[in-house]
Amino acid sequence: MSRLLALFAIWLACTAAAPVKLITDISQSRIDIIYTFKGAELLVFGAIQYANGQVPDEPPGLAVVMRGPAEPVTVRKKARVAGIWVNTRSARFESAPGFYAVATSKPIAKLVDQRTATIWEIGVDSLQLSPTGNATPAETEEFEHGLIDLRRRNGLFAEHEGAVGISQNILYRARIAIPSSVPVGSYTAQIFLIKNGEVIAQSTSPVEIDKSGFERWVFVAAHNHSLAYGLAAVAAALLAGWGAGLIVRRN
Amino acid sequence: MNIYLPIAEMSVNVLVIIGLGALVGFLSGMFGIGGGFLTTPLLIFYGIPPAIAVASAATQITGSSVSGALAYWKRGGVDVRIGAVLIVGGIVGAGLGSMLFKLLQSLGQIDVSINIIYVVFLGTIGGLMLREALAALAAQKAGHVAPTRMRARNPLVTALPFKMRYSDSGLFISPLAPLLLGVATGILTAIMGIGGGFIIVPALIYVLGMPAKMVVGTSLFQIIFVTAVTTLLHSVQSQTVDIVLAILLLAGGVIGAQFGVQAAQKLPPERLRLFLALIVLAVALRVAYGLTVAPSELFTIYAG
Repeated sequence: MSRLLALFAIWLACTAAAPVKLITDISQSRIDIIYTFKGAELLVFGAIQYANGQVPDEPPGLAVVMRGPAEPVTVRKKARVAGIWVNTRSARFESAPGFYAVATSKPIAKLVDQRTATIWEIGVDSLQLSPTGNATPAETEEFEHGLIDLRRRNGLFAEHEGAVGISQNILYRARIAIPSSVPVGSYTAQIFLIKNGEVIAQSTSPVEIDKSGFERWVFVAAHNHSLAYGLAAVAAALLAGWGAGLIVRRN
Repeated sequence: MNIYLPIAEMSVNVLVIIGLGALVGFLSGMFGIGGGFLTTPLLIFYGIPPAIAVASAATQITGSSVSGALAYWKRGGVDVRIGAVLIVGGIVGAGLGSMLFKLLQSLGQIDVSINIIYVVFLGTIGGLMLREALAALAAQKAGHVAPTRMRARNPLVTALPFKMRYSDSGLFISPLAPLLLGVATGILTAIMGIGGGFIIVPALIYVLGMPAKMVVGTSLFQIIFVTAVTTLLHSVQSQTVDIVLAILLLAGGVIGAQFGVQAAQKLPPERLRLFLALIVLAVALRVAYGLTVAPSELFTIYAG
């Protein structure tokens, strides 16, 4: 009996303090890059499960962040030397995501303050790129801007403010465009529920982007069996050239 | 119609790439050149990363040289012994070139280096060709036949030791001369993604004094081997050979070459040489312009 009471007490405590939960799904948990790949669009959607089922009157604040694998990069800047443009200065960043897109339910500045944005890396300008080397802060910032600007224009970094659609303050959805030049690897979709500038719930879903079929076979061969790949490339070129010569002569 | 290139990791328009191959094929059929000097810069203009453009163009040249080399071989137009010496030099050169390529890549200067080398070489060769073609045309207009150059006996070449007899070409020269020539072109193959025919051919004629009927076949023979070795080196060292790209270029090249050969038969050779000189100079000027004009992107991102 006392056990049952204890259990009941725990249940009560749980429901009373039951935190808000985010339930998320993605239209595709895997994107296969095959020879026709021209980019893809992911639909991130789900529902907010409020404590005790009490749906608030005001729409919730949401941010959907999709990020690709981080890798070290060197950013070089061109300058004019003796009349021609050459790479001169450079900066290194240890963890630049190969892809980063964020969709929010309202402008990021109105959703979170700078501190929260930095903690959760919400917004392109809040990315922690981990600069290394002995550059001055001003220089680091200059190269950071260069990196972000370039990736933005290539569609690899994106901010879609106000692009998270919300229905009945419960259901949410956001579309994330994946360009054809994305790096392969393990991606994650993070969804943040934000109230008064604070993240009150979050969920994470993985997405795998990988080459598939012939494209994967060629890529793996080129990297894991590079000598055999080179020999095969030479053989293919010789055969193609020789065969083409035969066809041309017959005509 | 788009296709995703597995090594370049980007989606390209198949028709553009095949068309590019066909354009270069047309010119190579017309002028009897490999056309690598056009393929590589055109691929880079299109947006293919330079390292991949250079490596894949070399692979394409291997394929596009085969049928020509076979045809010359059957006619006895290949001096295998001089060709072999050129190949040995070429392989050494390709090795040196790919090391240099890797070094420049790590310094972040590969793109600008490729471009500068292009301007210097194409500008020089194009200028020489233009002068020669204009002189020939002027001589023709004046009514007398252009003087055929005597086979050269370059004093530097004759001074080299260890002379050997090359009966196919009727030459008595030191193997060091073709060896050094091979090294030089091998370096250019690895860095520029060209066969180097437009350097080897005049060098064989004017520096070594090889008879004209042996020159093109021997040059093609050596180009096959040196570009094949370059493909292997790039595959192993930097994994930059995109076989899909190379095959697409080859497909277009074969079609274009057929029309090029037909077009060449309708034009006088002096006119042809003038056109080739102008094309080479145009590529050099375009690359030079790209070097000096303010780039649209100041920043470049390199992995690693």
